[in-house]
Amino acid sequence: MIHSLFLVNASGDIFLEKHWKSVVSRSVCDYFFEALERATEPENVPPVIPTPHHFLINVLRHRIYFVAVIQSEVPPLFVIEFLHRVVDTFQDYFGVCSEAAIKDNVVVVYELLEEMLDNGFPLATESNILKELIKPPTILRTVVNTITGSTNVGEQLPTGQLSVVPWRRTGVKYTNNEAYFDVVEEIDAIIDKSGSTITAEIQGVIDACVKLTGMPDLTLSFMNPRLLDDVSFHPCVRFKRWEAERILSFIPPDGNFRLLSYHVSSQNLVAIPVYVKHNISFREGSSQGRFELTLGPKQTMGKAVESVLVSSQLPRGVLNANLSPSQGTYTFDPVTKLLSWDVGKINPQKLPSLKGSVSLQTGASKPDENPTINIQFKIQQLAISGLKVNRLDMYGEKYKPFKGIKYMTKAGKFQVRT
Amino acid sequence: MTDSKYFTTTKKGEIFELKAELNSDKKEKKKEAVKKVIASMTVGKDVSALFPDVVNCMQTDNLELKKLVYLYLMNYAKSQPDMAIMAVNTFVKDCEDLNPLIRALAVRTMGCIRVDKITEYLCEPLRKCLKDEDPYVRKTAAVCVAKLHDINAQLVEDQGFLDTLKDLISDSNPMVVANAVAALSEIAESHPNSNLLDLNPQTINKLLTALNECTEWGQIFILDCLASYLPRDDRESQSICERVTPRLSHANSAVVLSAVKVLMKFMEMLPKDLDYYGTLLKKLAPPLVTLLSAEPELQYVALRNINLIVQKRPEILKHEMKVFFVKYNDPIYVKLEKLDIMIRLASQANIAQVLAELKEYATEVDVDFVRKAVRAIGRCAIKVEQSAERCVSTLLDLIQTKVNYVVQEAIVVIKDIFRKYPNKYESVIATLCENLDSLDEPEARAAMIWIVGEYAERIDNADELLESFLEGFHDESTQVQLQLLTAIVKLFLKKPTETQELVQQVLSLATQDSDNPDLRDRGYIYWRLLSTDPVAAKEVVLAEKPLISEETDLIEPTLLEELICHIGTLASVYHKPPSAFVEGSRGVQHKRLPPRAGSGESTESPDVGQSGPSEAPPAVIPSQGDLLGDLLNLDLAPPTATVPSVQPSMQMGAMDLLGGGLDSLVCSSPAMGAGLGAAPAAMPASLGSAPAVGGGLGDLFDLGGGVGMPTGSYVAPKTVWLLAMKAKGLEISGTFARRGGIIQMDLSLTNKAMSVMTDFAIQFNRNSFGLAPAGPLQVLTPLSPNQTIDVSLPLSTSGPVMKMEPLNNLQVAVKNNIDVFYFSCQYPLSLLFVEDGKMDRQVFLATWKDIPNDNEAQFQIKDIHLNSDVASNKLQGSNIFTIAKRTVEGQDMLYQSVKLTNGIWVLAEMRIQTGNPNYTWMCWRRPHVRECVSQNDSPVIS
Repeated sequence: MIHSLFLVNASGDIFLEKHWKSVVSRSVCDYFFEALERATEPENVPPVIPTPHHFLINVLRHRIYFVAVIQSEVPPLFVIEFLHRVVDTFQDYFGVCSEAAIKDNVVVVYELLEEMLDNGFPLATESNILKELIKPPTILRTVVNTITGSTNVGEQLPTGQLSVVPWRRTGVKYTNNEAYFDVVEEIDAIIDKSGSTITAEIQGVIDACVKLTGMPDLTLSFMNPRLLDDVSFHPCVRFKRWEAERILSFIPPDGNFRLLSYHVSSQNLVAIPVYVKHNISFREGSSQGRFELTLGPKQTMGKAVESVLVSSQLPRGVLNANLSPSQGTYTFDPVTKLLSWDVGKINPQKLPSLKGSVSLQTGASKPDENPTINIQFKIQQLAISGLKVNRLDMYGEKYKPFKGIKYMTKAGKFQVRT
Repeated sequence: MTDSKYFTTTKKGEIFELKAELNSDKKEKKKEAVKKVIASMTVGKDVSALFPDVVNCMQTDNLELKKLVYLYLMNYAKSQPDMAIMAVNTFVKDCEDLNPLIRALAVRTMGCIRVDKITEYLCEPLRKCLKDEDPYVRKTAAVCVAKLHDINAQLVEDQGFLDTLKDLISDSNPMVVANAVAALSEIAESHPNSNLLDLNPQTINKLLTALNECTEWGQIFILDCLASYLPRDDRESQSICERVTPRLSHANSAVVLSAVKVLMKFMEMLPKDLDYYGTLLKKLAPPLVTLLSAEPELQYVALRNINLIVQKRPEILKHEMKVFFVKYNDPIYVKLEKLDIMIRLASQANIAQVLAELKEYATEVDVDFVRKAVRAIGRCAIKVEQSAERCVSTLLDLIQTKVNYVVQEAIVVIKDIFRKYPNKYESVIATLCENLDSLDEPEARAAMIWIVGEYAERIDNADELLESFLEGFHDESTQVQLQLLTAIVKLFLKKPTETQELVQQVLSLATQDSDNPDLRDRGYIYWRLLSTDPVAAKEVVLAEKPLISEETDLIEPTLLEELICHIGTLASVYHKPPSAFVEGSRGVQHKRLPPRAGSGESTESPDVGQSGPSEAPPAVIPSQGDLLGDLLNLDLAPPTATVPSVQPSMQMGAMDLLGGGLDSLVCSSPAMGAGLGAAPAAMPASLGSAPAVGGGLGDLFDLGGGVGMPTGSYVAPKTVWLLAMKAKGLEISGTFARRGGIIQMDLSLTNKAMSVMTDFAIQFNRNSFGLAPAGPLQVLTPLSPNQTIDVSLPLSTSGPVMKMEPLNNLQVAVKNNIDVFYFSCQYPLSLLFVEDGKMDRQVFLATWKDIPNDNEAQFQIKDIHLNSDVASNKLQGSNIFTIAKRTVEGQDMLYQSVKLTNGIWVLAEMRIQTGNPNYTWMCWRRPHVRECVSQNDSPVIS
């Protein structure tokens, strides 16, 4: 199981270590540092690194490497999933997961790690249970603690841990009972030079924020559940019911949680909401290159495309860019060669464009590679797959909750090749 | 006010300060001090000096302070074992606390204090906690058993904790079950042979029930445990699969992958025509695809596993090619894996798309990735024949980009394409030659030189091209030098008139000016070959090369099966069996896929039962690991590996020529006075392996005496090579024969299992004489139970060569629809005596004189009543030729010569004394040859 954990910051220093079994010397991380040095980019460090006696499994999150040390055969996904859970928990507790935040709360961090893993076996990883055991630090509580001498460690057995619904704590009480669901879809797509789609798929999630008193039992049904043929559920969802009736039936955890995530990959269901017209050309022997981009909406079901951000890694030979945007602002970093253009909202009547020239190193041959264009955008009130929630019902409790559903579509890895 | 203040106190005297604070009367101050200590500890500072002071703070009602002290204890108890005992009492007391949280905490912490002295005190509290009324305490205690086992395994066994743990598998609480399973699995890992996880249908049922209700981590443990179970029949297998499939929709990717493992393994038992089998296949694809939309680290592990799954069951993902298309900001390790899978999934249906993508990748920035993409285009060409033309033109386009590393990589793969489709795309050679100057990497240079040499007759200025390389001969890397040597020799053989000077030059460079033994040896081989027999040289050097195989890096089937049983583990990430790299005594616990329903084994070996999958496979051949490796190399020899050298069998063959036949020729070469002058006399004496003749003279005579077999060589009766018991019902017996100059392996295959066997195939490991099947194993009709068929498999001697011990040992792998089986057998050396083994008298005489004494050996062949003429005829039937006969003092002396398939000569003298039934056979050649000759040829003569 998981032996030890080292946290390494961007500059390559170990700033926290935790051992669940015997202490493993931090020199084991040297193998990790070697791999780090070899990697061209920070994210290119291989996730599993063998050493003579251990294996190092690492994830990079928020510019911190979480390096787990294992000694025997352990499923790597198990370790990686656990590390993700650690990151999520830190974020949940401290708002951000940064070196500063972790150092600021080192005792809580240590207590959390101790609760999450026992001898390498996961113990309590559900945020609801952890919060019962160790209260998240708040300014108010810190002040109160210092005055009264009380602690932020819970006195009670985490009751939820033993019930049939381990994800929900008992005795929840709210004055305003509310349940919100966000349907968020991300489009991953690769568009080729000519504008035709090479691949496109939708990663969708339904995130919920449920603040309901007692033990509510919810059902959520969809207008078009057949869209969801590839789904992963939160453990609270009753799988049999879904199989039989295509209805989500569950006792929700308290607070924020991800109810389900899904995947739509069949090409004809994935609409591409923006198009790009581009003309990027470098001529042999000339130190100037042409650069033109125009964006336009398509298949947006009448909704506006907002928060558009275009970025592109220009070839190394490019010295500078002299461009003029019809709207928004652009920046070009001559060191990293990263061009980014903050477009804002796309107005279908007046399409945004970015035109001008890029200067190349004189004498250098023309760049071999064509830059790929990355696009980010948001479309409010639309789930691009067409998924729609039909109704939400509550059983088991008497009060009438406030319910809300929001839809949003975003670009995931949306790339246009030129 | 944050904890970061604890990090700032790095001044000297800090320890004293802390000590004072820890002993303070004020509770608050104490707690702050402990926090500071913990903070120091987390950043790796040594605060063990404060041990007694911190332990003093343990007796407290404050839960947080207690926890903090526990944390400290766990870290430092090992370095202060005597002090740690002070804490024992508190633990024992806490284990009886009213609050289950405290009880659990105490039992948890106790297990983490890794001090031998303390463990004894632990047993009683632990025993109580294992039977605690509160499941939270029980599940914590279950893990504690594993901890204790890690510290003192004997103690755990003596105290009977393992049995208690086994009982917990039937606990009412799913979390307790899951933890018990996890603890047992961990303990079992250090006891490979113990039957700790004794799974039977009842416990399986319990596990499956708990599976639905426990946490995600518990599900992983339970699924992994389920995967080691062997269902009794396909029905049980199906019912388990049905209950596991819902896990494929779990949000935790580790749960998903563990579920995939269980399903991949158990579906092996389902009949393929079952509807459910098809349903299951369909259900497996979406979760695998979903894993690819997760974080890159998860993707990586998923991709490594998908790589295995695609090899085992390509049908699952054959329509999902697009999800493996590379995004430009994927981390490099994801890109490379995706590329690999793309090639595996490439087929005629999707090749156009794949090629377009690969071409796109070849223009990216990352050099490693671009190279692999170019290489992938070549692999596509080799894999999908219809696409070869398009691939070649794509490669040509890429060469036009003139990007240096792209061009070099393209040339390397084009060479492989030439190997696969000879005489088809040579029109591109001109384009390649244009880029000659830009090649600066050894592999690319070697590839280019190979191409020039191979197609020398079509390249007008081949000699100029090669000459230009020759200028810097000594600065080239070995692979380029070797390649250049071979290429120039090829050129010489093709255009002997213009290139004599060139070949002399390269030979002298290789043999005289180089201190690389490989290069020198190869130089000598060519030199002698050319000087003695140019025709033979042509045959050897310009021999037709076997086509390279389509799939270049498939995992060997038995290894693949084992890896499928380890999906989701480190083994699956490294594509190596766990025994190859995981520390600890996991030993040789090879896992195997269960046999398909209705196959022989399930009925044949009921006793294998539950422990089946973890049982080691029958040890047919001791060095199975090596063999697998060799077999792997054998049939899959990746083009990249064989690139720089001449095709291996040829090279090895040539080595042997040097070792054996040539050296005899060289001995007499002054007389022959061949073209290029005498080669240097220093002979690497022990080069290569040389064979043996001689042993079985006995049998041949016997046989010949009774049955008339004047012209045929001796054939031994069939012996059983593979027992049915060890091969799931397939029995193989066989023998070898030489008929009309063709070596044949006569096999009798008997099906002693209950089910029909089909899809037979055979493969040899590398062996001393390069024996290899000359054609496929012809078993056309399925072999029904209790049926026997006889097959004759013609063998060639052009396979790869490796010296075996004993020399005539042959390791064979036979595959059928059930499994792959290995056995080894020994062939009589007489098999290898060729028909043209009659040496010229003069040559014989000259050679005979030059034989050093220590190359001689003598054998007695007993009880043979034949006169010399009959014996001579008899031997001739086995290609042992009598060159001369002398009679001295009533003793007939026969001088005989034998030539082996690899060109080694053996000369012998046989003395036959009239009236004496014993023959003396003297033979000479290299030492190990002799031995073998003696052993093997007894049956031939007799």
